[in-house]
Amino acid sequence: MSSDSQASEGEVYSLNMGPQHPSMHGVLRLLLDLRGEEVIRAKPVIGYSHRAHEKMAENRNTLQFLPNTSRVDYLSGMIYNLGYCQAIEKLLGIDVPERAIYIRVIVNELNRIASHLLWFGTFLLDLGGITPFLYSFDDREEILDILDQVTGSRLTYCYGRFGGVTWDVDETFLTRATAFLARIRERLHMYKQLVTDNVILRERCTGVGVVSEALAKSYGVTGPSLRASGVAYDVRKAEPYGGYDRFDFEVPVLHEGDTMARFHIRIREIEESCKIIEQAIEAIPEGEILPKKMPKRFKLPEGEYYFAVESARGHFGMYIVGDGSDIPVKLKLRTPSFSNLSAMPETLAGTMLADTIAIVGSIDVVMPEIDR
Amino acid sequence: MPQTLTQLLDGSVLAMPIAAGLIMGMLTVNVLMLVWAERKVSAWIQMRMGPTEVGPFGLLQTLADMLKLISKQLITPSNVDKPLYHLAPLLAFAPVVAAVALFPFSESTILVQNDYGLLFVFAFGGIAVIAIFMAGWGSNNKYALLGAIRSVAQNISYEVPLILSALSVVLVVNAMGPTLSSGDGVVAINGLDLSHIVMTQDQQGIWFVVLQPIAAIIYFISALAETNRAPFDIPEAESELVAGFHTEYSGMRFSLFFFAEYTNMLIVSMLAVVLFFGGWDGPVLPGPAWFFLKSYAVIFVMMWVRWTFPRLRFDQLMTFCWKVLIPLSILNLLATAFVIAVL
Repeated sequence: MSSDSQASEGEVYSLNMGPQHPSMHGVLRLLLDLRGEEVIRAKPVIGYSHRAHEKMAENRNTLQFLPNTSRVDYLSGMIYNLGYCQAIEKLLGIDVPERAIYIRVIVNELNRIASHLLWFGTFLLDLGGITPFLYSFDDREEILDILDQVTGSRLTYCYGRFGGVTWDVDETFLTRATAFLARIRERLHMYKQLVTDNVILRERCTGVGVVSEALAKSYGVTGPSLRASGVAYDVRKAEPYGGYDRFDFEVPVLHEGDTMARFHIRIREIEESCKIIEQAIEAIPEGEILPKKMPKRFKLPEGEYYFAVESARGHFGMYIVGDGSDIPVKLKLRTPSFSNLSAMPETLAGTMLADTIAIVGSIDVVMPEIDR
Repeated sequence: MPQTLTQLLDGSVLAMPIAAGLIMGMLTVNVLMLVWAERKVSAWIQMRMGPTEVGPFGLLQTLADMLKLISKQLITPSNVDKPLYHLAPLLAFAPVVAAVALFPFSESTILVQNDYGLLFVFAFGGIAVIAIFMAGWGSNNKYALLGAIRSVAQNISYEVPLILSALSVVLVVNAMGPTLSSGDGVVAINGLDLSHIVMTQDQQGIWFVVLQPIAAIIYFISALAETNRAPFDIPEAESELVAGFHTEYSGMRFSLFFFAEYTNMLIVSMLAVVLFFGGWDGPVLPGPAWFFLKSYAVIFVMMWVRWTFPRLRFDQLMTFCWKVLIPLSILNLLATAFVIAVL
């Protein structure tokens, strides 16, 4: 092995991919050492989309920080926005009305589906299939329309309020959401026939970029990427929050850990999210969407607190240090993409250049979420 | 009086300019139409509108794009290998134009009659590889070089099954008899002459796609790879290599590559029509009309494939060629030869 590496030492060259590159999602930059087309070493460089959200949190009160949260991960902004609300509610002991709980679950899961659909499109774009991208965006557009109707925004929602949600949903919203579920199920069937069963896709994905269970655990990989490596960890099941324990859904797990497994997991998660939305629409009660009595200022008690939700990419945690005022001393955001990307250098070494694109695409990184 | 255009113009001083002008004019219109068609077909497959604004159905959109590309400044990046960088677009462009001249659009519409037309078409196709490598090497860009390396390996590999599948057709043509009655009387049959291949299908009343289905499939797959079309568009895989070998080219130089690429599509489709789909053979409509109708039908299938499939990986592409296509085409050739010998 040593003689082999010595013999071809001179042939190794470096290739800079990104931050401006057609398939580096957002502004990821990869420094690759290549021998021919084989990747010897891959080094992700991050920080091109740093907006200092954590610092901003230290300079404004808890309510003023609310709009920032959905900007952290603009693809599943609703989950982040509501997750932050849920963290503050748990900290201050605010009770959320029943109707608001169900509304939150519905919009959260719609947002998760939208995020997975976008991933589906861009991942196949990375593999060179251009058409699925437009189909999945067409589906996603429907979700954005539905959410736009109730929240007023398409991506960077600020729908949550401490104790509930901003606006109530109406019958049109529920009917449209139900209609969408029927539509996406039909579409998923088509995607299975056209995309999942395609022999080229299977050849490109099966056995490529295997993240072993041990590797995933050691780097703190979470979300669909972890569940594809054989760990059944989902915050919604492990530490139920926001009423998720009332719904009957499965956490899909596969043990291969390869790109194909990550692909299957996300498709199945869309189906599971559909199941949750269906149950929530059926059971949604009438009533208030905000508690009657609310504190005027949301003062954080002294101490350190941690609260986590399951975003579309994995375990999103908020570590809050309070000192009795309504401005946090420190708000640390634990974003899943950062840990997921950290496992990449070890996974990418020894793969082909084309696989690098597929693997990075399959873990679904959102760069602004990593840089924050 | 059936006469080739060459014969009509024979002896005239204007022969060469007229022929060249005809080809260039035809190819320019063809490329403009193909780009428009590609955008419309992809839009149709992807539930979009495609170009609609410029001209009826957006037909003039590509003309506007071409004018834009012509009027753009030619940028030469620093540290390029100047002779290679400047020559490459021209070298990519010239052979495809020359190759088109060899095709028999009908029994009497042949710009350049050549007894070894088939060989010449493949030879001109081979030159394109050199142009791509010159472009990739001369650009002084790693993406371009990677694209060029891939392209050379891919094109050279896929030429083998492409030519082997065409050879089985040549065998069949030659087996159809020692002579062939053409407009001028009876001539000795020559399987390498493009018009003889068509005339044989015409007179036997059977398209070679029926006699040689495996060769037709191998030809089509190899043709996709030969023209760098998806799912074999690895030399210019935009998600990996930005734009492959022509990353550093802009303006008219880029359009020459573009022109060559789309003309190449026309060439492999026309060759497919000649080899497998009876050339100009067809009822009612005149020969050239059938010829182009069939060619564009083949091109439509190529576009359909492009907008449906994801891309193969480079090593998978090579494995597929050397371990599946080439053995299969050799077997097909041997089986054809065997059947002909027994009959």
